[in-house]
Amino acid sequence: MSEAVAPALLAAPRAPGLNWRRAVPLLLVAPLLAFMLALYAAPVLAMLSRSLLEPAPTLAHYIELAGDEVFLKVFTNTLSTTVTVTLGTLLLGYPIALGMARARRLLPLILVIVLLPFWTSVLVRSYAWMVLLGRHGLVNEVLLALGLLDRPMRLLNTPLATQIAMVHILLPYMILPIANALRQIDPSLARAAAGLGAGPFGVFRQVTLPLSMPGVMAGVLLVFVLSLGFYITPALVGGPRDMTLSMLIAQRVEQLDWAYAATLSAVLLATALAIIALFQRVFGVGTAFRMSAR
Amino acid sequence: MRLLGGGLLTLLLAFLGLPILLVGIVSFSSATYLTFPPPEFGLRWYRAYLGARDWLDATWLSLAVAAAVVVVSTLLGTLAAIGLARLPRGLRVAATGLILSPLIVPGIVVAIGVYYAYSRYGLVGSPLGLVLAHSCLAVPFVVTSVSASFAGLDPRLEQAALSLGATPFGTFRQVTLPLIRPGVLVGALFAFITSFDELIVSLFLSGQGAVTLPRRMWDDLRYAIDPTIAAVSTLTVVLTALLMGAAHWLKRRGERLHTP
Repeated sequence: MSEAVAPALLAAPRAPGLNWRRAVPLLLVAPLLAFMLALYAAPVLAMLSRSLLEPAPTLAHYIELAGDEVFLKVFTNTLSTTVTVTLGTLLLGYPIALGMARARRLLPLILVIVLLPFWTSVLVRSYAWMVLLGRHGLVNEVLLALGLLDRPMRLLNTPLATQIAMVHILLPYMILPIANALRQIDPSLARAAAGLGAGPFGVFRQVTLPLSMPGVMAGVLLVFVLSLGFYITPALVGGPRDMTLSMLIAQRVEQLDWAYAATLSAVLLATALAIIALFQRVFGVGTAFRMSAR
Repeated sequence: MRLLGGGLLTLLLAFLGLPILLVGIVSFSSATYLTFPPPEFGLRWYRAYLGARDWLDATWLSLAVAAAVVVVSTLLGTLAAIGLARLPRGLRVAATGLILSPLIVPGIVVAIGVYYAYSRYGLVGSPLGLVLAHSCLAVPFVVTSVSASFAGLDPRLEQAALSLGATPFGTFRQVTLPLIRPGVLVGALFAFITSFDELIVSLFLSGQGAVTLPRRMWDDLRYAIDPTIAAVSTLTVVLTALLMGAAHWLKRRGERLHTP
């Protein structure tokens, strides 16, 4: 029996598993590709094309942006919010990831605390910050009770509120890749460094930190690109004058200014793609977005 | 030093966890306005939610849309994931790029893109438009999840079935499918939550005729905030947490099935 099976197995094509005919894989993928092309890719491209075709083929809309003060202010604000939020998540996320990597008994608890916000919708988490930062919110009540304030402070609808809420919302995207990288570090390396005379801080700076850099880079890329497109949170907790690019796009669509909205969309998309390409080229992080599949 | 580290970690975890807990506490408040701490506790806002026709309609619509998205995206996504691994390299890279791109393209760009195109076909303000657009957003989660369970599959099991006389289809149905089932289920759960929580696309596609739960909450948050929304939020957090917990458990179990 086994002799009879062996030649059949040897003759099997290199592809593992079933002996598929050539066309079958394509037929399996084709329905999804057709669905996504028709209902997602074509609509987005048709919308973007308005930036080049209004009224006739032209680059004028892009050239005008360079002198458009509203755009420049909003674009700068979006980029600075993105950088602040990325640094904030890194600063708060690294210690948590380190704690996760070192925790033993408490790990399940920490994991739940990190994953619960991850699984909660952005809308609910933004609402939580409206509750916390409002005029009669917890933060104001505590500061009043402690006598640090004599009347409620304006916290909600400020740039600071946007930054705090976005750091909170994006924190898990920073923690999980870093914790993943830290988990893969061979613990004997730290012991060896300590044995060779490095202090706890020296071990961290010379062994743990450099070896966790791939996770840090993946986290930074994820948070940067995600916060670039944020819309819901800044619209709910941010100030009326601190617009992000996404908010400006939505506003222009409401005014039916499709050419302008399409041009801004192209700029937003191109910025995100440029950042991803840069990270891929310089740091070799390409797989970060598969991890973002929650 | 250790104590300092532990204290810092506790503080950071409190920052992460407390805001959501707070929403849960507010939802049991008896006050008519938003205040903290609540003067008294009660189920008032849950009763308000269950007694409000528009909130319930929005809830049912969101559940129905999400269920339809699960069917469409799981079917298309699973078939594609099976074919994807066996495509020639160039084609595979291009197809994967398209399928995963909704993870990268900013939500507002997708939202106004579909709004721009769908409005010409009367798909704005209809649940069908939401199902179609949400399915495109949910598909990446199905494909990554099913592909991952394929990657862990032992090819010898399929070869054994074939050599024992099973047809390719029989092998797929009796050997491959049971082994990738956890991956398919996890993908389906992700698809459900993606649609159930989705807001940006819904803001543009809901119109007047297809108001989803997140859209209803958004309208409320923009005008008046009463604690009904805290009750709704708490219920959705509990629902998502349960589904995600199930997905996590299935994933773990799937990994155990694959490691010999």
